[in-house]
Amino acid sequence: MKVDASNPLWRFRGITSTAMFFFAYLYLPIVVLIALSFNENRLATIWTGFTMDWYVTALSNDDMLRAAQNSIVVAVSATVLATIAATLAAMGMSRGRFKGEAGVSAMLVLPLLVPEIVTAIATLLFFVALGIKLGLLTVIIAHTVFCIPFAYLPIRARLEGMDPALVEAANDLYANEWKAFRRVTLPLLWPGILSGAMLSFIISLDDFVISYFVGGAGSTTLPIYIFGMIRIGITPEVNAVSAMMLIVSIVFVSISFMIDRIRY
Amino acid sequence: MGNIIRTKRFWLVAPAVVYIGFFMAVPLLQMAYVSVLERGDYGGVNWGAFSMDAYISFIFERDLMDNLVVNTDYLQIFVRSFGLSAMTTVFALLLGFPTAFYISTQPQSRRNFLIFLVTIPFWTNILVRNYAWMLLLRNGGLIDGALNWMGLETGGLDVLYTPYAVSIGLTYTYLPFMVLPIYASLEKLDHRLVEAAFDLGADKRRAMSRVILPLAAPGIAAGCILVFIPCLGAYVTPELLGGGKFMMIANLIGSQFGAARNWPLGAGLGFVLLALVLISMMVYSFKFKSLPEESR
Amino acid sequence: MSEVVISARSVGKTFGSGADKVTALDSVSVDIFQNEFFTMLGPSGCGKTTLLRLIGGFEQATSGQILLEGKELNDLPPFKRPINTVFQSYALFPHLTVKQNITFGLEMQGISRKDAGGRADEMLELVRLAEYGDRVPSQLSGGQQQRIALARALAPAPKVLLLDEPLSALDLKLRKEMQVELKRLQTETGITFVFVTHDQEEALAMSDRIAVMQSGEILQIGAPREIYEAPTHRFVADFIGDSNFLVGDLVDGGAGKRAVKLSGGQVIALTQEVSDQRTGEVTVSVRPERLGLVAESDAGADQLTGTVSTVIYFGTDTTYQIDLGNEALLTVRMQNGSGAKADFAEGERVGITMSPDAIRVLAD
Repeated sequence: MKVDASNPLWRFRGITSTAMFFFAYLYLPIVVLIALSFNENRLATIWTGFTMDWYVTALSNDDMLRAAQNSIVVAVSATVLATIAATLAAMGMSRGRFKGEAGVSAMLVLPLLVPEIVTAIATLLFFVALGIKLGLLTVIIAHTVFCIPFAYLPIRARLEGMDPALVEAANDLYANEWKAFRRVTLPLLWPGILSGAMLSFIISLDDFVISYFVGGAGSTTLPIYIFGMIRIGITPEVNAVSAMMLIVSIVFVSISFMIDRIRY
Repeated sequence: MGNIIRTKRFWLVAPAVVYIGFFMAVPLLQMAYVSVLERGDYGGVNWGAFSMDAYISFIFERDLMDNLVVNTDYLQIFVRSFGLSAMTTVFALLLGFPTAFYISTQPQSRRNFLIFLVTIPFWTNILVRNYAWMLLLRNGGLIDGALNWMGLETGGLDVLYTPYAVSIGLTYTYLPFMVLPIYASLEKLDHRLVEAAFDLGADKRRAMSRVILPLAAPGIAAGCILVFIPCLGAYVTPELLGGGKFMMIANLIGSQFGAARNWPLGAGLGFVLLALVLISMMVYSFKFKSLPEESR
Repeated sequence: MSEVVISARSVGKTFGSGADKVTALDSVSVDIFQNEFFTMLGPSGCGKTTLLRLIGGFEQATSGQILLEGKELNDLPPFKRPINTVFQSYALFPHLTVKQNITFGLEMQGISRKDAGGRADEMLELVRLAEYGDRVPSQLSGGQQQRIALARALAPAPKVLLLDEPLSALDLKLRKEMQVELKRLQTETGITFVFVTHDQEEALAMSDRIAVMQSGEILQIGAPREIYEAPTHRFVADFIGDSNFLVGDLVDGGAGKRAVKLSGGQVIALTQEVSDQRTGEVTVSVRPERLGLVAESDAGADQLTGTVSTVIYFGTDTTYQIDLGNEALLTVRMQNGSGAKADFAEGERVGITMSPDAIRVLAD
């Protein structure tokens, strides 16, 4: 629909005001949280002055730092594994159809369809049945599963948007399959791969439910740590840690979207 | 060469498919298996000992005389989950459709930015998002404070840890899933069709109800499914904003692996939830995806 | 005739299997000669692009052989064939500069970067875009991209250049320019061009020989004039230019020639050699511009007569629809201002003149 918004014909009653309310609703909690994380007052509600103290407190909390470190270890491992698998899969799925393609497609997005809680307990039961000790390793394994579709989809979209004649042209110009991949496909694909990897990283970093069930002693990730803190009570320190998580996510996603918009 | 390519493609797809198959599809099947096993005396399961207890205990419990009596506790949680999810879907639609429409009438560059704004919260931590609502909703929180400041003596808002709080939080969490598919269908809509409706004497209300809404129906249906289904499986929001007092299905499932230690029941509930989700997806794709492109 | 470069021998190609099986090429044989501008012409789905892709190595033939200078190519992948392609979408590498695009093939062949650069400059010179080497493809217009695609494909000096509807994305004016340009490049480089198009005018204007294809078969191969003036099939006569079709019976025309007796009773002598084996009903074609009109009173007894039903004035010429009765219509195109009287009104009775060599008996 390409319309001139200034044309009164397109002004339906209540549309603009609802949209404004929508965006306020969407961003009010985020803005409030970030603002309160700088509030000097311990009792959050009343603004008494600006301070960075809560960040200092949070960042000097060893437990929090350990949890953050676990989160990063998990997110990086899961991202690397998922991105490699997703890149290969996207390449295998591009170019024409094959028997069982629908099944493979369904399998690749299965982690997006299954409710998180179901994935969490099914994976938990599986590790228990196999006798694998719950810990960082099990968390990494479980995260890799749901990171694959997040990495796969942008890479696949890139490949879909790529003229298949480009690879043929490379072959035509005496590049064998490996050279065509290295000189043509890969350079054209990297924004998709990077974007997919960043989304995987964020999704893994933010995950709570699966880590909560599949993790064990010593694999406390940052969201699990935050959950524990929230359960104890609302404190300015939680605000600070939460605000940091928010900002990291927003920055990563923004970069990922910008990379994804790179067009030659 | 055709065969070589096909074989190669198999090896390219294999790692991801095998990985997801082994660490997701197999566990799901095993979960279904666990649901028909006997519960272990000290938690866990007795492997190999079959029992339908998990499904029976969904509706019945054994009283002291070992008779089966109806117990609607679990059923209530299911009903509540469906009710909250339906309510959330309606709220999300009421807010989401006008927003999607608004975005679709904006100039291109602005549209992209607005869509980006809609998606951002999705990528942030769900705990943090819900925690932010705790800050807003609690007694003496921001909304309470604002109301008091305006002279409305609330005497404490008392909304946190109620189903209302859960519904607000769920709507907030899943709203983007409503806007995106509706926007996608509105964006494809040929605005000349709407102009044709005006030209043929329709007023705005009728242009909306007779042209725009029907043409956006697939997007609306997709949005409703995409909100309703994850709502059913929501864990964090009821946990935080319901204060653990208003369990939904996911919390009930989770608790079977915590304090309750009834794995077969947890697995059975999980299996039922999964089945509900897959059935609604199938109904949706049967109803909308099978239509030929032109009639959509 | 010079040497054969590409030879297709009973080449067949099917896609899919079972109920979805589609035959794209059905036992096609053709020889393409050294230094020739050879065009495969036909509507979409006729198999012309499939044949081109088989020569290029992008598809594998289901049956038959493709030979390059007598050597079988079938099992060679594209990167081992001394054949280059200009793709319909140009397929310029968007992440490389124009010059890097042109040197790509040379570097893949192991030619040093320096030599490849020199060759690229020559190529840019050849396509008259010498100063564009450092640009990226997205900074070029459609016509410029087209030239770069040509330069890139010509740089490795292939034995054959394949062109897959390369002009279809250009607007009419540019297309005309590029037709001349392509012809010039072919003459200057002496490379065999195999060109695929659905545009009959393009084919007639550029080609040394044309193969007209339909439904996976080659119907006729010949020089443009031959294809136009002596079509062998109804499809060829119809697809290239305009044609009238008349039905009649083959009869003896005397003096060892055959004649066609039309359903109206008129007998038209043929100059075309028609095998004695053919008898009975045949379809003949005749081009509208090979017909003329005279007043009915001037018409001979043997001439077709009819009523002018429509007159359409086109500037250079005028087209008349003549109703021959019994629902047969004939189109006659007469040049304006050529001195001949060409001014008949609708409803007027006219006689139709035709030269016997304009009548072509078509294959069944």
